[in-house]
Amino acid sequence: MNTANIGSTPTAPIDTVELARARSQRMTEIASWALPFLVLLLALGYWQWAVVHYEIKPYLLPSPLRIVQTLGADWQLLLPSLVNTLEITFGALALAVIGGGGLAILFAQSRWIEMALVPFAITLQVTPIIAVAPLIIVYLKDVTLDLGFVTLSDVTLQLLTCAWIVAFFPVLSNTTIGLNSADHNLRNLFELYGASRWQTLRLLRLPAALPYFLAGLKIASGLALIGAVVAEFVVGAQGAGSGLASRIQESAFRLNIPRMYAAVVLISLTGIAIYLVTSWASHLLLRRWHESAIRREN
Amino acid sequence: MKPIISLSDISKTFSNGTIALSRMSMDIGQGEFVSLLGPSGCGKSTVLRIIAGLGEPTTGIIDWPTSTYNAAGKPERDIGFVFQEPTLMPWATVYDNVRLPLRLKRVSQTAGHERIMDALAMVGLSKFATSYPRELSGGMKMRVSIARALVTRPKVLLMDEPFAALDEITRNKLNDDLLRLWQDQHWTVIFVTHSVYESVYLSSRIVVMAARPGRVVTDMAISAGYPRDDVFRTSDAYNEACRNASMALHEAMDVADHL
Repeated sequence: MNTANIGSTPTAPIDTVELARARSQRMTEIASWALPFLVLLLALGYWQWAVVHYEIKPYLLPSPLRIVQTLGADWQLLLPSLVNTLEITFGALALAVIGGGGLAILFAQSRWIEMALVPFAITLQVTPIIAVAPLIIVYLKDVTLDLGFVTLSDVTLQLLTCAWIVAFFPVLSNTTIGLNSADHNLRNLFELYGASRWQTLRLLRLPAALPYFLAGLKIASGLALIGAVVAEFVVGAQGAGSGLASRIQESAFRLNIPRMYAAVVLISLTGIAIYLVTSWASHLLLRRWHESAIRREN
Repeated sequence: MKPIISLSDISKTFSNGTIALSRMSMDIGQGEFVSLLGPSGCGKSTVLRIIAGLGEPTTGIIDWPTSTYNAAGKPERDIGFVFQEPTLMPWATVYDNVRLPLRLKRVSQTAGHERIMDALAMVGLSKFATSYPRELSGGMKMRVSIARALVTRPKVLLMDEPFAALDEITRNKLNDDLLRLWQDQHWTVIFVTHSVYESVYLSSRIVVMAARPGRVVTDMAISAGYPRDDVFRTSDAYNEACRNASMALHEAMDVADHL
């Protein structure tokens, strides 16, 4: 039996395999953001060079610099449109959370309700919004909604409804699975201590559903933006209520290709920003306890 | 002295026709440490669940002679339950996990704080109140689970193979801690296990059960006194009791095999 090391601090050198592994881990971490960034720069660089070198006309393909210039020059026009699109996006997302989450909680109260209503939710989800939108436009024509602090016009209501239909299903479906995924022994424990329905919901089922809800929210926030843009193409909002999709249509009509690109870039950046914000919120809420947010330790 | 729990002629048949328990009768006395020992499928967990009120027997009567009954005819079961898995809420700290039973019984945090800290101290986890379950080892999670069962200061502790998933060293340590607490607090413990050695080491009485249908085949007292420690683990009395319990268990399994 070897007891020579007991009582003395072990000072064994770290083996080379471990060092190599730590190095490769650091490299992977840097590469995960540096690589896409590099590819983006190269692509933009080639694009810029190609446009100048082959003298491509801006109404065919504007250069990246030209798009940035257009963003600056047309800012007065684009900013209100961006704000309008964002309002519809976040309005629809809020409704998706309230509607999807609320419906999921209702489903969780009774399997009968769930069985009765789920087919309708699926039907709403699988019918293309482009097909339903004209109906929505007809039914909501001249309908306004006075919320006290703001009055929603019929166009706003049409846009909101379309974007909401696109966005609400992932929230509903994920939250429903989450609410039903609470540990069975924990449910027994709640029953044992005579927990009320409300206590079981608040202390057990809602926290258990949180990771699922957040995953649904991440998908829904992307879909809300898509829904807002698609709805605008279909509804064809004009004037004060017009968003980025209307700007794209209008610019296409005038063959103002740089402005089209500028609007598309804004929509992309908005989508990326929404994705980053929801991912970050999800990480903050789950980092102390959920497997998905915890770094593996082997 | 009146028993604390009295089962008479308890049977349980599941909807698929499986007879989990057949005419089981048993009295549990105040302060006993009773192990339910048997092969899997003998209905020992079903008995525990029926005692806990997590399921009703198909026929038979379960009585709590020393408890008060509420208006609906249900006894006030003063119990703590420990599952085979730690069954902790991963999103809550150790403190909040232990606090859960008090919360469900609407005891305010100020009123419950002392009891929570007491329960944590009993299982040696006072320093880990703000940790999350994932930061703890398997044995520590089990201790949290036990603290949660103790926080309401129950008279009866029901344990369903609580240490089965732990390594032997951790299991022995938790067995010792459990015995020490049981002697200090004068609880009644009903302990489900499939380990002969564990049941002999812990119990004042072992109820051996057979499967298909689940029933009691032997009810034996372990007369060795407490406190028990490693000396007991190597004594003749311990070996003798293990031999007897093993034989009873084998008989129980033979009986089942011949059906």
